[in-house]
Amino acid sequence: MTIDCDVHGRVPTMEELVPHLDSYWAAYVEEAGPGVPAGIAAVYPPGAPATGSPLGGATLEELGAHLDRLGASAAILNCVFGLEGLRNLDYASALAGAVNDWLAAEWLDRDPRLRASLLVKAEDPAGAAREIERRAGDPRFVQVLLPARSERPYGDPSYLPVLQAASAAGLPVAIHFGGFTGNPPTPVGWPTYYVEEYVGMAHAFEAQLTSLVAGGALERLPDLRIVFAESGFAWLPSAMWRLDKEWRGLWREIPWVKTLPSETIRERVSVTVQPIDPPPEREQLAHVIEQIDCERMLLFSSDFPHVHAADFGEAFAGIVDADFQRAVVAENARALYGL
Amino acid sequence: MRNEIVDSDVHNTLATNDLLLPYLPERWAREVERYGLRRLDSIGFFATRPRRFAARTDAWPAGGVPGGDIDLLREQLLDRYPIAAAILNPINQTTIGAQQPLFSEALCRALNDFTLAEWIERDERLFGAICVPMADAGLAAAEARRLGSHPRMVQVLLNVRSREPLGTRRYWPLYEAAVEHGLPVAVHVGGHGGNLITGAGWPSYYFEDHAGYPQSFQSQMISLVFEGVFERYPDLKIVLQEGGFAWMAWLMWRMDSAWERFRDEVPHLERAPSEIVREHFWFTTQPIEEPQKPHQFGQMWDDLAMPDKALFASDYPHWDFDDPDRALPSALDAETKAVVLGGNARALYPKLAGARVPEGAAG
Repeated sequence: MTIDCDVHGRVPTMEELVPHLDSYWAAYVEEAGPGVPAGIAAVYPPGAPATGSPLGGATLEELGAHLDRLGASAAILNCVFGLEGLRNLDYASALAGAVNDWLAAEWLDRDPRLRASLLVKAEDPAGAAREIERRAGDPRFVQVLLPARSERPYGDPSYLPVLQAASAAGLPVAIHFGGFTGNPPTPVGWPTYYVEEYVGMAHAFEAQLTSLVAGGALERLPDLRIVFAESGFAWLPSAMWRLDKEWRGLWREIPWVKTLPSETIRERVSVTVQPIDPPPEREQLAHVIEQIDCERMLLFSSDFPHVHAADFGEAFAGIVDADFQRAVVAENARALYGL
Repeated sequence: MRNEIVDSDVHNTLATNDLLLPYLPERWAREVERYGLRRLDSIGFFATRPRRFAARTDAWPAGGVPGGDIDLLREQLLDRYPIAAAILNPINQTTIGAQQPLFSEALCRALNDFTLAEWIERDERLFGAICVPMADAGLAAAEARRLGSHPRMVQVLLNVRSREPLGTRRYWPLYEAAVEHGLPVAVHVGGHGGNLITGAGWPSYYFEDHAGYPQSFQSQMISLVFEGVFERYPDLKIVLQEGGFAWMAWLMWRMDSAWERFRDEVPHLERAPSEIVREHFWFTTQPIEEPQKPHQFGQMWDDLAMPDKALFASDYPHWDFDDPDRALPSALDAETKAVVLGGNARALYPKLAGARVPEGAAG
């Protein structure tokens, strides 16, 4: 049975969150107006080809029908709500808790196949750690969700309490496409077209991988698992080669990194398959799979309702054997999330 | 017989900015003396551990700085290998290119004149890149035009960490000047446009700064392609320097796939991004990628399919110097190595026609 590791439901309206907020924040929202954080519409322009439906997500019924079609036994709901753009950390953490309550009540309680990623405001490390501890008893929250574009990369010591709490709770940390912090989305300023940002999201994932390796979080927290979601995977070989080469040359700057980065990455990092961005030749995709050299790393995802260029089954047919397919489609996720 | 070498990325460095004083007009010489130059380059945020100046430990001339002495350059590079030509990228462009526009303009002119007089005219193997004040494309274009016809200045030099992505219209006047003079535009590691140096915020370590450069180059390639620069300037040639190249094949796949779906957002783009990249982009080899399994370099090289666009570079005098005798991987055949070492650069830079094939080497 398939496990779909990245699906998107619609985001809640602020009216829907009010019942899940305490009186202070409920009054705050009522007085300030019903606007959801800008991040969601910035990351997924409502009508863009990869967005799929307004506000970046599907209804419960649409999602259920999608899982029926797939024959999926489980799916992980990633609610891309845009907390990263909020400057009031207490407000953002309060909203994170409310969205998680809403996810449990409106989605997880209503379709037993659904699991969810836990929203936290990572720039409020104490609040984020509290939210992770609060939910640790609910096995339907299977990982912690962070956006690929953050204020600082996640290997920065300020994020360690968040990674620590996730690791202690046995939850992988999923770094997902998106993030709208107000900073330029590229290292060289603001691009003109959305397609540039869309393509360029790959380099945010590369920066996060680099930071997690260099900062030592993976060394300090041996149980920490990282998942890159809606990241694609073809960028991994060149990123691993580069990190290995840098480590050989510069290990003295980061002596706490004691293992070749690619070894740690293969052991501790997973990646969802969409978007596949198929190369023109089948053989070229085979090269990428060979270079990643780690069957365990790949997790099947549809990214429903977002529309991508290639279907997993078609793209991988004839490139990997049946065992590999089974691992990607379900077994890797089962093992990682204990499903 | 050994193959001749064109080294497409060699650095000369000013031990002190005072060396520019004789080349500066009075007003700006006074600025250097009274105020000095602000450190605006991103390298200043990290200690370049493990090595000061990010240099080889043996590249320090007595009393000087790495890249500061032409005799040591001859000894360690030009005379040691069969080098027909070496293209100098003055490392100080990173700092002076980021000063306020008029000061930067004066400093770039001075640096170009200094490099011509004190390096290039002293050794026939040396060629130059025109440093320009990046913050103002009009001023940058004027400097490119001033030196564009000089027989030894082979390209325009930009730093990869720009204020805005290099495809944006802000920079188009410079491209116009470059195309007018048939000059490729080189984009080199370094610079400080004032942006956070990753799309995910400021990192902490030089390791991340250095490992992160490919991401800045990816951003520039995406920008140059999607903003339509090559539709406007079909003769423009871009040389990516020191950014690696193992990421180019997958980035082309990703760009092509996105272009198919987002075509109506960028209707000015009439060709697939991969076609544009393969026609308009060159790249230098250092620091060359080293997969643990050597045959995977060959896979990547074949998937990239740009054997005529690869230019050998040593990056002398930096710590991650690539030795021309050893850097090119075994996955490349002799013919490919030969064009990467020399032939591709000669094809790209017509001004190298006068560079003599070193004695005992094959051209």
